[in-house]
Amino acid sequence: MDSATSDARTPLGTSADNGLKIVVVGGFGVGKTTLIRSVSEIRPLNTEETMTRAGEAIDDISEVREKKATTVAFDFGRITLDARNVLYLFGAPGQERFWFLWDRLFSGTLGAVVLVDTRRIDDSWYAIDRLEHHGTPFIVACNDFGGPAHAPQQIREALDLDPHVPLLDCDARTRASGKQVLITLVEHVRNRYAAQAPHTPQELAL
Amino acid sequence: MSRPGRDDSPDRLYTLTGGRARSAPDNPFDLVTIVVAECDPAPGMQSEHAAILRLSQLPTAVVELAAELKLPVSITKILLSDLLAAGRVSARHPRKAAVPDPDVLEQVLVGLRNL
Repeated sequence: MDSATSDARTPLGTSADNGLKIVVVGGFGVGKTTLIRSVSEIRPLNTEETMTRAGEAIDDISEVREKKATTVAFDFGRITLDARNVLYLFGAPGQERFWFLWDRLFSGTLGAVVLVDTRRIDDSWYAIDRLEHHGTPFIVACNDFGGPAHAPQQIREALDLDPHVPLLDCDARTRASGKQVLITLVEHVRNRYAAQAPHTPQELAL
Repeated sequence: MSRPGRDDSPDRLYTLTGGRARSAPDNPFDLVTIVVAECDPAPGMQSEHAAILRLSQLPTAVVELAAELKLPVSITKILLSDLLAAGRVSARHPRKAAVPDPDVLEQVLVGLRNL
C-alpha cells in the first residue's frame, strides 16, 4: 500500500536504543528546517500534535469532535551518533500556542538552539523568555542572511541575553556550520551541568 | 505533501482509537522512544496497527511513525500502547534523567564531531 514511502526510509541501526532530543526554535522563515536539513541523515519530515484551545493536548474528545482543537506542526531530522545513541532535531515554531506543548513533546530535551534573524530580532524575545522559564539550556545562533553585521554585544543587548549564554553566527545552509551550532550547544549543556555539580568550581568555560 | 492530520476529520481520529483521545498519563511512549515490531501484521488487524508493525520491522522512533502514518503524535501513542499491551511491539525508552548523564553528553559530542 504505502511501500513506496517505506522503501524510501533510512532505517535506524538495529542496536539503536537511546533517543535524544535537541530543539531548534525560531520564527517563521528563520531557517530552522534549513539548519536541520544541513546535518540530518534523513530528509526532514513533518508531523504534528493536536491540542485544544485550552492548550491541553486533546484531553477531551468532544473538543476534537467539535473542531475546537488546533494543531502545532513541527519538522524533524535525525543524526545517528553511534550504535546506540540517535539524536533527533526538532524545528519548532516559537509562537505562543506552541509552548503549551513543550512539556508534552520536549521534556528531557538536551537543550535548544534559538535561531535568530538579526533583521527581526524581537521575534526571538518570547522564545528566550520561555526557555528560561522552562530551565532549558540554550544557545543563540544568528543565521546569516547577508545583512549588515552586528557586533555580538549589540545582539546580546537587543536580546537582553544572560552573559553565560553562548552566541554565535551561522550559515544554516552548510553542514559545517550546522555541526558547529550543535557542538556549541552540547558543550554549553555539559559545562552548565558540570558547573552545577557539587564540589566543582563555579566557572563556565565559554 | 499535506500535513499529517490536518485534513483528517476529527471523526476519523475518534474511530481510530475507539474514542480515546488522551494518551493516558502512564503512556510510556516518548517522542523518541524507539519501537520494534515483535510480530508480523496479521489479517483482520486494524490497518494502522498493521502499518505500525510494517514500519517498525527495524527500530523506528515514535515521531517517525507519526510522520509516516500522517497522524498526530498523541494518536500514534495510543495506537502504540495497544500494540505494546498485546506484546506486538517492544519499546526502547530514552534514558531520561533530571540531569543528563555526562557520559552520554560526551558520546553526543564525539558523534557530532564525527559528522
